[in-house]
Amino acid sequence: MITRRTFLQSSAAAAAFAAGAGSARADNAPGVTDTEIKIGQTMPYSGPASAYGVIGRTDAAYFKMINEQGGVNGRKINLISLDDAYSPPKTVEQVRRLVEEEKVAFLFNTLGTPPNTAIRPYCNENKVPQLFVATGAAKWNDPTHFPWTIGYQPSYQTESHIYAKHILATKPDAKIAVLYQNDDFGKDYLIGLKDGLGADHAGMIVKEASYETSEPTVDSQVVTLQGSGADVLLIVATPKFAAQAIRKSYDLGWNAVRYITNVSVSVATILKPAGLEKSKGLITGYYGKDPTDKRWADDAGLKQWKAFTDKYMSPTEFIDANAVYGFGAAATMIQVLKQCGADLSRESIMKQAANLKDLELPMLLPGMKINTSPTNFAPIRQMQLATFNGANWELFGELLTG
Amino acid sequence: MTDSDGALGALVAIAVGVFALAFPFVASGYHAYQGQQVLIFAIALLGLNLLTGFNGQISLGHGAFFAIGGYGAAILITKFGLPYWAAIPLASVVCFIAGFLFGFPALRFGGLYLALATFALAVATPQILIYKGFDAYTGGAMGLQLTKPHAPFGLPFSADQWLYLFCLVSAAALYWAASNLVRGRIGRALIAIRDQPIAAETMGVNAALYKTTCFGVSALYAGVAGGLSAIVVGFVSPESFGLPLSLAFLVGIVVGGLGSLGGALFGALFIEFVPNIADQLTVSFGESAKALPGAIYGVLLILVMAAMPMGAAGAARAAARALASSRGAKVEKDGGGNVAASYRGKGETP
Amino acid sequence: MGEFLHQLASGLALGGVYAIMALALVMIYQATQLINFAQGEMAMFSTYFAWKLMDQGKPYWFAFFATVVASFIGGVLIERLIVRPFANAPVLASVIVFIGLAFVFNSLAGWLYGYSVTSFDSPFTGRPWFGSGYMSAHEAGAVLVSLCVLAMVYAFFRFTPLGLAMRAAAQNPVSSRLVGIRVGWMLAIGWGLAAAIGSVAGMMAAPIVYLDPNMMFGVLLYAFAGAVLGGIDNPFGAAFGGFAVGVLGNLIGAYVVGDEVKLSVALAIIIAVLVWRPSGLFGRRLVARV
Repeated sequence: MITRRTFLQSSAAAAAFAAGAGSARADNAPGVTDTEIKIGQTMPYSGPASAYGVIGRTDAAYFKMINEQGGVNGRKINLISLDDAYSPPKTVEQVRRLVEEEKVAFLFNTLGTPPNTAIRPYCNENKVPQLFVATGAAKWNDPTHFPWTIGYQPSYQTESHIYAKHILATKPDAKIAVLYQNDDFGKDYLIGLKDGLGADHAGMIVKEASYETSEPTVDSQVVTLQGSGADVLLIVATPKFAAQAIRKSYDLGWNAVRYITNVSVSVATILKPAGLEKSKGLITGYYGKDPTDKRWADDAGLKQWKAFTDKYMSPTEFIDANAVYGFGAAATMIQVLKQCGADLSRESIMKQAANLKDLELPMLLPGMKINTSPTNFAPIRQMQLATFNGANWELFGELLTG
Repeated sequence: MTDSDGALGALVAIAVGVFALAFPFVASGYHAYQGQQVLIFAIALLGLNLLTGFNGQISLGHGAFFAIGGYGAAILITKFGLPYWAAIPLASVVCFIAGFLFGFPALRFGGLYLALATFALAVATPQILIYKGFDAYTGGAMGLQLTKPHAPFGLPFSADQWLYLFCLVSAAALYWAASNLVRGRIGRALIAIRDQPIAAETMGVNAALYKTTCFGVSALYAGVAGGLSAIVVGFVSPESFGLPLSLAFLVGIVVGGLGSLGGALFGALFIEFVPNIADQLTVSFGESAKALPGAIYGVLLILVMAAMPMGAAGAARAAARALASSRGAKVEKDGGGNVAASYRGKGETP
Repeated sequence: MGEFLHQLASGLALGGVYAIMALALVMIYQATQLINFAQGEMAMFSTYFAWKLMDQGKPYWFAFFATVVASFIGGVLIERLIVRPFANAPVLASVIVFIGLAFVFNSLAGWLYGYSVTSFDSPFTGRPWFGSGYMSAHEAGAVLVSLCVLAMVYAFFRFTPLGLAMRAAAQNPVSSRLVGIRVGWMLAIGWGLAAAIGSVAGMMAAPIVYLDPNMMFGVLLYAFAGAVLGGIDNPFGAAFGGFAVGVLGNLIGAYVVGDEVKLSVALAIIIAVLVWRPSGLFGRRLVARV
């Protein structure tokens, strides 16, 4: 039965719906005018992954700096960054808004493996560049099937390949235990480790233990791993859990060779809380400078980073490895735009994104260069192994390419 | 209830219906996608409201049934080659069974404990979905990718329009089914069980059967919504079905109005658009405030609850009552002959 | 054997933290029949308050007690300003308000303090005199603190006039008003106490789990599990439940099913226990006269 009640409800619903709808405008040069380039992005500003929202804020601050310096070839950068709460259905919605309503030129640094996986078909069907996605999954280097999607950082599998090779070279009879986060990030490292060891050495892994991000600590898992008798431990964990694992493995008196993934190498925010003494001997694959590591105190690149955060952000971001990441990605983006010159069509942007040659950035390790080509969609592929000596990270060996 | 009310209401319902039907043809693909999301949420909220609003069983874990529907449909489509219009109903039958089975232990513990047990279910869902034993079917951490269906029989609709209409027809059919359910004997039994369980049993209502079946039906609705979501988004992964989803459903039925089927639409609009609004509002607080959409959303939740503690349906009812009582007062002023009307004006019952 | 003792020890230490949080939940539940979903985030926010004080150079115990007092006041204010207006609204409306509060606290903490992992000092240093090697000094201290808090809460409700008044107000508000108890203020004090207890939980947890805005979500989850297991209307039951969940969680993950399905198995166990004892192991079975 229809009543006054449903009338009021229906009108409220209709009004709310109408408020949400807008009108579509046609535009020939997507996102580019004489004075501005519009870029789109989704970031998890709310929800469980909101720690990574700082990447988006750093991107925005970097572009602000560029705009104050006059922009790129006379055009200002207008970054539209929307919250997707790390939920793929919401990512699809926001990306469709960016492409169909805001008519951005391209997407930049969208964060997360599931969100990016969800929008990749759409971007490739509609020929919208999906540039420098902020995730380390291996799948973004696939120009044959997805010519409009390009990754950025060294993939998780590349990194664990390097660890596997190092273990085989230095400790061929090792017994390996792995602590990993139970999601695509953790599982990717595990796959890479197994691949790197190869089928005949697969037996080297004696125990795997996973954890959920909803758990308070991983102490129990570390105890389990020690109980397996392993003498090599790979810690695939985000900062908080990495610090717990480092501390617990030391407190247990476990004398294992410990490898740690490069999302958790910051001296100030992970090793210090874990205990500098307890972190001695950790090995990692390094590709970016840790701003809290004293060895870079006089480094020119670090001084640039400090000047940037002093003016455009705050001391909280200065020590945040995620912010450093955004700093580098944004700089890479600007380089692409500069290379485009006057042709800012989507094809041209994609072409230049696949045409970076020996680009060096202030916060990458000295000697590291970014390279892309039509068959190589992995901009950063180099890493160097480093070990922690109780005060800072010491690089050793050479630059390895994954 | 006067004739003019009935005619007015029917007119509005028709207007809304026409608007809903015409919408995908005048709006962009992006808005059609949002419309699909609203309809999908509305279906899930209808189901949850049947369980929580009409039958009084609090579930904080309906994201789990949504996930079963979504993954179920995705697996049937990608691994078994079923067409989507068969996969979704099949997956929702699985959900019905799952919900019905969950309803049995739920009979034993009530209220708060059920809420916490379903809360635990919502938290455990991503872990179950990513379990490596199921990898062959679920795609593990990588999830499953689906291709979007196109309009059949060469109908002149775009994929977005076709999917929207598909969701619209599903939502309308499910709404019709639910409203028949609550208006009839079953609905009265459910409400009786909610309000006076012991009296209901004495009257011969088999509470156990009704409660478990209600759980099953509400899970079925969530499953249909999940299946539709899988084909609309074109992707399922464990991250799509975490705790925030279950909490959003709860928010949706409370904001829409418990025990009101029409409120499901309002609740769906709320949980679809208000997070976007919160995100937009952060811009007005400065750049560093980009970190704040969660806080703004929380504040909006509290404000909305303060303004409408009984949900939108409750607010609409209150507004209707206010209109009716002002009419009652008018009758009193006109001559005071109608004693009942004079009581109504004061808000009391004679 | 050593491994088993380690699992047991770390389970007990965390279990102590869960037990304190469960007590805070019980406190609000007994007063209002509501579960405060924002308890964890409030505790986290209090812990950041303490951290800020220590960052400015204040000694630990000063920061500790200042935080407990500030949390008490905060809890009272929240009850008066935000929870009170919904006293006559449906139960679920209050639940939505709590969810909103949780979002607000979590997001605010992230905005104010960033998401970097921070270490938090512990007042217990050196080697513990028992269980050394299995438990750090802080973990042993945390267990002791949990037991102290439990004892104090019990003593408060059992032996003090205020505690008696609060129990009366919760069980029978109408009659309590008749004998002159200010029921409204009893509720506010209940919230204040719960917030204070929560802040203790946060400050005991932080040295173990490290301080960051998402620190308390997992703790709250397991505290819920503990409260459900032990019985939400019984402080001893809930505290026991907290310890049990901590220990059992570790043991199940390590020896029975592996960590990949630990959560799901925990869920199954909770449901099984509830089917057997619907009010939790030690909860009161309410029998109503028809």
